[in-house]
Amino acid sequence: MPQKQINGFNIDINDEGYMTNHAQWNREVAAALAQEAGITLTDAHWRVLGFIDKDFKEKGVVAGMRRMNKVGGIPTKELYALFPDGPIKKAAKIAGYPKPASCV
Amino acid sequence: MKRLLILGAGTAGTMMANHLRKRVNPADWRMTLIDQYPKHYYQPGFLFMPFGLYSEADVVRPKRDFIPRGLDYVEGKVERIDAEKNRVRLASGGSLDYDLLIVATGAKTAPDQTEGMTEGDWRKRVFDFYTFEGATALRRALRDWQGGRLVVHISEMPIKCPVAPLEFSFLADWWLAQRGLREKTELTYVTPLSSAFTKPICSEVLGHLLRQKRIQVVTDFNIARVDNERHRIVSWDEKEVPYDLLVTVPTNMGDAVIERSGLGDELNFIPTDRHTLQSKEHPNVFAIGDATDLPASKAGSVAHFEAEVLTKNLLHAMREEPLEKDFDGHANCFIETGYGKAVLIDFNYEVQPVQGTFPLPGLGPFSLLKESRLNHWGKLAFRWIYWNVLLKAAPMPGIGHRMSRAGKQLPAEALQAGAAA
Repeated sequence: MPQKQINGFNIDINDEGYMTNHAQWNREVAAALAQEAGITLTDAHWRVLGFIDKDFKEKGVVAGMRRMNKVGGIPTKELYALFPDGPIKKAAKIAGYPKPASCV
Repeated sequence: MKRLLILGAGTAGTMMANHLRKRVNPADWRMTLIDQYPKHYYQPGFLFMPFGLYSEADVVRPKRDFIPRGLDYVEGKVERIDAEKNRVRLASGGSLDYDLLIVATGAKTAPDQTEGMTEGDWRKRVFDFYTFEGATALRRALRDWQGGRLVVHISEMPIKCPVAPLEFSFLADWWLAQRGLREKTELTYVTPLSSAFTKPICSEVLGHLLRQKRIQVVTDFNIARVDNERHRIVSWDEKEVPYDLLVTVPTNMGDAVIERSGLGDELNFIPTDRHTLQSKEHPNVFAIGDATDLPASKAGSVAHFEAEVLTKNLLHAMREEPLEKDFDGHANCFIETGYGKAVLIDFNYEVQPVQGTFPLPGLGPFSLLKESRLNHWGKLAFRWIYWNVLLKAAPMPGIGHRMSRAGKQLPAEALQAGAAA
């Protein structure tokens, strides 16, 4: 597994840059991962990241658009505004979780 | 005497009825199975119907044929599950009290969840193949197909049998080529995920199939609406994909009774312990198959493996013993790739699909994550196994509910980081 140094922290990542060990995640790592994606984290971003974190611990998967909307209370348009072009996969990456996947 | 209720006589509910009928003493427990529909569909067969490979006779049987003697079978609709009172109310007015409840009410397509999907183009240019009616209507549409833009589309995850839309695309490529229509058809696969193959090893080993078959892929497409006038699907960020024929997998949702009963999540799936299959909210309620919110595939093989674990845990619950945390997310699926070939995958919560042999290490006869004719014959043979072995809960020698790592090539990355623990 590749490793990288980011904002002074060592993290394990996969080939696409998604963290593979959530224990290594913290707010500074998130801020640096966001910066790499061209995003400066605001409170609105943190609300999304916080929901993904809480929900992953409960469900074992990164929440989809509908769940973000209905359970997390985050409107779809807002998600796109915060994390443009593929909001779920971008938010998942910054939250330190795997990208949403199918079985193959 | 105590009472066990099973809601739903589909794949999972029927298997549970057959397992428990063999293991539970009818003098101690009265068992009742409830379902509102008379027909049992072999859902994997819907994939083959649009191409004329299977007909109605291949995929439909009466539910009663698979329900064991010695338990009550109620053909009726459930109005509400009152989990606080351990009671199920029927639409006909009666009610049934239970000591233990198994919810096996499945998942179904909900095209009305997408704006415009059920309007003008529905069943004219827009079809699904996840229902008998949809697969039948699509068969007629394909018979008249002369070429144009054929779009295969997934509305949102999770869906039943997540590989089915890929299989449909592969079969369409083959079927069109046989009819001399492939050159006249632009075939596009549209997914809300970030690639067609999302698991690294699958992507590496099978990624070439899409290129080889000249199937265009549109990723990260989250549908907002169907534009029936302009025959386009439109995403939330205003991307558009034009279609002449749209084969969509609509949003999949748990049964409406779950919503009416306040037992589900935003898609009416029941929050369920992923290892014991016990409801997270009600200790005497269990869920199985497509009805659960497990991070496992919604597939018949998963229901089959779950049924073995749930049978053990139901017996424990009847004796007031602790439950076994024994379900590992095991799934086993054949993926049709066209031209008489298929790929087999075998995986669980922790191990993604890898190459190897199945079920016997080194011997097979099936090969994992590799196209072969034998895998295709396995897929075809599976229909007989489904009707005659799986539904009746007869043993499948050599294939346990726990995924075997023997016979699999397991590089370090095969273990899924962050997988459901």
